[in-house]
Amino acid sequence: MTAWRIGWSRGMIELRQSFSNGADLVSHFLWPVLMLVALYFLRDREFAGTGILLGTLALPSILGMNAAMGMVSMSQQLTADREDGTLLRAKATPAGVQAYLVGKVVSVAGGLIADLAILLVPGLFLVDGLAFSLTSLLTLVWVLLLGLLATLPIGAILGSAFPSARAQGLVQLPVLAMIAISGIFYPLSALPGWLQVVAQVSPIYWMGLGTRSALLPDATVVVEVGESWRHLETVAVLGAWAVLGLLVAPVLLRRMARRESGSSVAIRREKALQRVG
Amino acid sequence: MRYGATDVLHDVSFAVGPGEVLALLGPNGAGKTTTIEILEGFRMRSAGAVTVLGVDPAHGDEAWRARLGVVLQSWRDHGKWRVRELLAHLGRYYAPYATATTVRPWDADELIELVGLTDRADHKLKTLSGGQRRRLDVAIGIVGRPELLFLDEPTTGFDPAARYAFHALVRRLATDLHTTILLTTHDLDEASKLADRILVLSDGRVLASGTPDELTRQIAGRDEVRWRIDGTAYEELTGESTAFVRDLFTRYGDAVQDLEVRRARLEDAYLALVGEGR
Repeated sequence: MTAWRIGWSRGMIELRQSFSNGADLVSHFLWPVLMLVALYFLRDREFAGTGILLGTLALPSILGMNAAMGMVSMSQQLTADREDGTLLRAKATPAGVQAYLVGKVVSVAGGLIADLAILLVPGLFLVDGLAFSLTSLLTLVWVLLLGLLATLPIGAILGSAFPSARAQGLVQLPVLAMIAISGIFYPLSALPGWLQVVAQVSPIYWMGLGTRSALLPDATVVVEVGESWRHLETVAVLGAWAVLGLLVAPVLLRRMARRESGSSVAIRREKALQRVG
Repeated sequence: MRYGATDVLHDVSFAVGPGEVLALLGPNGAGKTTTIEILEGFRMRSAGAVTVLGVDPAHGDEAWRARLGVVLQSWRDHGKWRVRELLAHLGRYYAPYATATTVRPWDADELIELVGLTDRADHKLKTLSGGQRRRLDVAIGIVGRPELLFLDEPTTGFDPAARYAFHALVRRLATDLHTTILLTTHDLDEASKLADRILVLSDGRVLASGTPDELTRQIAGRDEVRWRIDGTAYEELTGESTAFVRDLFTRYGDAVQDLEVRRARLEDAYLALVGEGR
């Protein structure tokens, strides 16, 4: 119980820190602003003669993609915290690892929700043709919550599996590849059949579909696979990822924490210094 | 204890009593950090029996962990946190383990003052100098008022003034608060200043152990005597330098010139001991 309470306050402190220093603020605002600029130029372009504007399709998709990127920040932060000894410090503290993980989920999820708001709020004014209502807000909430449950454990698994911040860079490649084919920038129905199958395994596609279902008028469903928002399938796929992740992540995280010691942190630090030098 | 096929610790046996300060002394690679990591429960041993505060560290629970303080060789964590913020936060983990006799945690401001960081209390950790960071690490190590404190190479990179202040702090923890302290160092001077007992480790073996005085007697037994007769230089190592010199004068009388007697020093003995062990 204590670990949850301390973990929560730990997450809130980290969240506040990430919104009160220059470098982090830039990373919070840079991508949303670039995306908004891209949306601005897309706003009058039409998708394949359907009368639906590309910018309208893209905003909810980007929202879903950004939410899925929480996976990458989770993984990066775990690796960084392992490299600088934050995790070892948690291990040296009673109930520290548990509170650390709670704190990490709070700060990553909190940062993500803030980032989504930074994109969505101006986006609603910039892009025409969205259907924003109480229902869409509710859909958005369950899609994002389920999406975070599905993707944050995957991020934790990746973060505990990769030994160094440099290896972390490699994690980004498959994630970027998944994003490219996940119907974020171009509807999935316009892709070749086999790519559609691959894309529909990834949680990123389903989070994008879910956010589109929340924010787009019902008429736009014609560009989706099967011309349906497929809410049941969304719940099934994201739910399956969440269950899998929540089963596997604690095992890997425990193993990762068990292996931490002063010497393992020192070895990694030396390697990191060699890279710099 | 072994890594792969190489044993890194052999027959390292010792006991530390409550309130005692024990120094593990030895050159780099002697096995000091490995020993201390096994005791902290951060590393599994391949053989042998270990009990720390009545518990096998391999199976220590959170309540056991709360009675320990750990200061590792180097920390770089929590760079974005501020000094007071981090100490106050880390203190909260220990609050459930307060007892009638032990107030837990230590008040953050009091602790900051104790380690001399009051003027840095609201600064971010990444802006601290090496010595300030080290003192904060010690503060974090004792924020839960541990019964047993591990200090791994605590003063590496300290200037003389910082080292002096740090030694005073460690002695205060031991005498006023009866904290049991286990520290590693490769500095003999530090070990003999701080420790009630010293354990000399080299290549994973205990070469000698005892109080600084005992060690001097045990391993630094021999004084060095130099003299000249008719221009020829002589040198002798002896445990009984006074008797040896008396004998020298009885035999050669006034012919003995340039007599020098150098008392055995713990430092020479330590270097000889560690050198032999290599």
